[in-house]
Amino acid sequence: MAETREFQVFRGDRSGGKMETYPVEVTPGMVVLDAMHRIQATAAPDMAVRWNCKAAKCGSCSAEVNGKPKLMCKTRLDALPADRPVEVRPLRTFPLIRDLVTDVSWNYEVNKKIPPFTPKPGAVWRWKQEDVDRVQEFRKCIECFLCQTVCHVLRDHQKQPVFNGPRFFVRLASLEMHPMDGLDRLEQIKEKSGLGYCNITKCCTEVCPEDIRITDNAIIPLKERVVDRFYDPIRVLFRKIFGSASLTKPE
Amino acid sequence: MPDKYETHDCDVLVIGAGGAGLRAAIESSAMGAKTALVCKSLLGKAHTVMAEGGIAAALANVDEEDDWRVHFHDTMAGGKMLNNWRMAELHAKEAPERVLELERWGAVFDRTRDGRILQRAFGGHRHKRLSHVGDRTGLEMIRTLQDKGVHQGIDVYMECTITRLLMDGGRVVGAFGYWRESGRFVVFRSKATVLATGGFGKAYPVTSNSWEYTGDGHGLAYRAGAELIDMEFVQFHPTGMVWPPGVKGLLVTEAVRGEGGILRNSKGERFMFKYLPEANRKDFAADEAEATRWVESVLADSKPDGRRPPELSTRDNVARAIYTEVKEGRGSPHGGAFLDISYQPADRVKKKLPSMYHQFLELADVDITKVPMEVGPTCHYAMGGVRVDADTCVTTVPGLFAAGEVAGGMHGSNRLGGNSLSDLIVFGCRAGRGAAESAKTASRPTGSLDRQIDEAAAEVNAPFGRTTGEHPYALHSELQEIMGSCVGIFRTESDLKEGIRRLEALGPKVRNVRVEGSRMYNPGWHLALDLGNLMVISEAIARSALARPESRGAHSRLDHPNYDPHFATVNNCVKQNDTGGMTVRETPLPKMSDELRKVYDEVEAMSLPAKA
Repeated sequence: MAETREFQVFRGDRSGGKMETYPVEVTPGMVVLDAMHRIQATAAPDMAVRWNCKAAKCGSCSAEVNGKPKLMCKTRLDALPADRPVEVRPLRTFPLIRDLVTDVSWNYEVNKKIPPFTPKPGAVWRWKQEDVDRVQEFRKCIECFLCQTVCHVLRDHQKQPVFNGPRFFVRLASLEMHPMDGLDRLEQIKEKSGLGYCNITKCCTEVCPEDIRITDNAIIPLKERVVDRFYDPIRVLFRKIFGSASLTKPE
Repeated sequence: MPDKYETHDCDVLVIGAGGAGLRAAIESSAMGAKTALVCKSLLGKAHTVMAEGGIAAALANVDEEDDWRVHFHDTMAGGKMLNNWRMAELHAKEAPERVLELERWGAVFDRTRDGRILQRAFGGHRHKRLSHVGDRTGLEMIRTLQDKGVHQGIDVYMECTITRLLMDGGRVVGAFGYWRESGRFVVFRSKATVLATGGFGKAYPVTSNSWEYTGDGHGLAYRAGAELIDMEFVQFHPTGMVWPPGVKGLLVTEAVRGEGGILRNSKGERFMFKYLPEANRKDFAADEAEATRWVESVLADSKPDGRRPPELSTRDNVARAIYTEVKEGRGSPHGGAFLDISYQPADRVKKKLPSMYHQFLELADVDITKVPMEVGPTCHYAMGGVRVDADTCVTTVPGLFAAGEVAGGMHGSNRLGGNSLSDLIVFGCRAGRGAAESAKTASRPTGSLDRQIDEAAAEVNAPFGRTTGEHPYALHSELQEIMGSCVGIFRTESDLKEGIRRLEALGPKVRNVRVEGSRMYNPGWHLALDLGNLMVISEAIARSALARPESRGAHSRLDHPNYDPHFATVNNCVKQNDTGGMTVRETPLPKMSDELRKVYDEVEAMSLPAKA
């Protein structure tokens, strides 16, 4: 019954590398990460793979499987074409460390620059479930960075210095829409996040393993809020007359 | 020639960045201590993210009768009175404040109809007590703490493994480790050090734990001369996935049962009724009709009608029940029991248990809104750990603190679900405070640490130089096989002796482990170094289990199936002796204060009313 499938896995580091072929015996329900572990245990004990929970909860084992960004722990072999080898490569958008492991530290730097949750003074900590359904959707994010790796603004145009990427638009939206957050964030979102570079191709939404509707529920509403605040002619006039403090974050 | 290494100075070094480590670092840094936080993984990936069901805290938002006294009682009863009572007291009293603090730091819990934090039922808790976010509560906790921490000036060192604590005259003054990415060495010099490294599930073949759970903190503390207690108590969570093979052991949250999940065997029998211990049978529904009424009250979001279903018995008990059903031939096709939530509206299941829905659909082709899940016991949690002082979390070694799963005592012989996340924030906070206070008066080491550092470097380099020796993966499998078959969910004297004999035979092979490749991001090398800690805790579990000829909580001896009153008064305590061997001795359980004993007895006497 033992079926064998062929895997081509990138082996190498910043100085170069190549695709290596490994045959792997497969069992029912097996996922790509299982296959990587089997390769480590049998053929290549030093093959670098980053993983943790193996339950799609931590977002560590991101890689490009047959050219598509995926969590390896969630990618079933029986969902991949059986007539050709399974190709596994590291995330292309981030600098390579070794084999399937990349340097994702840039994401942590971006996160540090986002002002933290800041409660409204005198906040009363009561809210309806419906008021936070949307925020909870954003907080499902497991930081696998698949949305970051697929976004062409980062992947093809390397706008890392000026563009936060979908993961952090989701983070910004979770703060901006938190019923108790008292910080006015729109100025920062407009000036610092690079939101304007996003042209809503929805690639990020397609790869999100948590099914967060990144574009529709986070990015577009943020863009709308920025437009309402800064480009609505009536508001601009209002602000000129009464000063910018007269229009703060919508309650 | 010794390798070069970088050095970082701090007041407080925290090892481990799960819930306890992050909370400790936040507290220590808030007190003005220069705080370094070291973790084996990327920040935010620690095992805490896998916690699903909730945080136990007597907020009394749903069941008004709840308060810290009942929580204290339930925790002690769940631990079969072997808990450190002072820890259980502090935990019950402080958990509500710690949960509300998370909310003030940005956590977004599910809500009651009147807009407060919603709480759900869990095994062993008399009241609905678990604040939660669907079934991803751990992620919410870790992300909240992470975002709080990084904006507070904590220095975070990611993907860095500590292999040795550095000592100066009997005091811990720092730690030696390596960067996983480059394999280069790093030394932290600290005035106080907090262990928050979690547990050791990777000693077992079927576990809900991730690769990080190799007992690092237990091993580091043991080698530094600290005492480990209660090591025989290893929690097997009753509901792990049993199929497909690649996910065997993966956790199925207790929230499934908290929301009304029913356990049945292959004959369709709701078997948990017959496994309820006589002592607390009165707290559970008498029959299916009463259990159904209770579930209906949960579904209607109203006050409980009837007593809880038998599925909400404690974890040790449910795990043994499933194991027994399977062993006696009434198991499901893949060797588990059926757990059914599919009788509830599909939308509700998806809302309350979203990750479970996706996990089964994507990994096992099972739609839990339509058919039952198959589940079986999986190694989940270490009750045993480093002995600590309840108030400050200091260990028996000066300068060394411990909090969370790596610390022992809080949960006694069996932990209640939901009490882990609350443990992390209550004692994480206390350890951070204890360490920062201690750092204020500690001075830098007087002598040189060079010799210890050279030794530590030689030790981690050694596996590369060997031409003989086995691969770490093979040795790890062998270790897991020994623990699974000889030191598992049910134990006997002969199995335990056999386990110890086989572990002793495995020792020299682990000490001679061989690694290929370079030090750059080399998982084989990382595992080879982790094996040393796994060996320490495996031996400690087996020897402690042998030294407790009775059954209590998670420790089940087939040859001694009952309580023994003598063992209600002692903890087994493991320590390294002068010749490097392991000694197990009994130490007296701290005596509960009269005041708390009264609290316990009063709650115990308050039986939940059985409604007609």
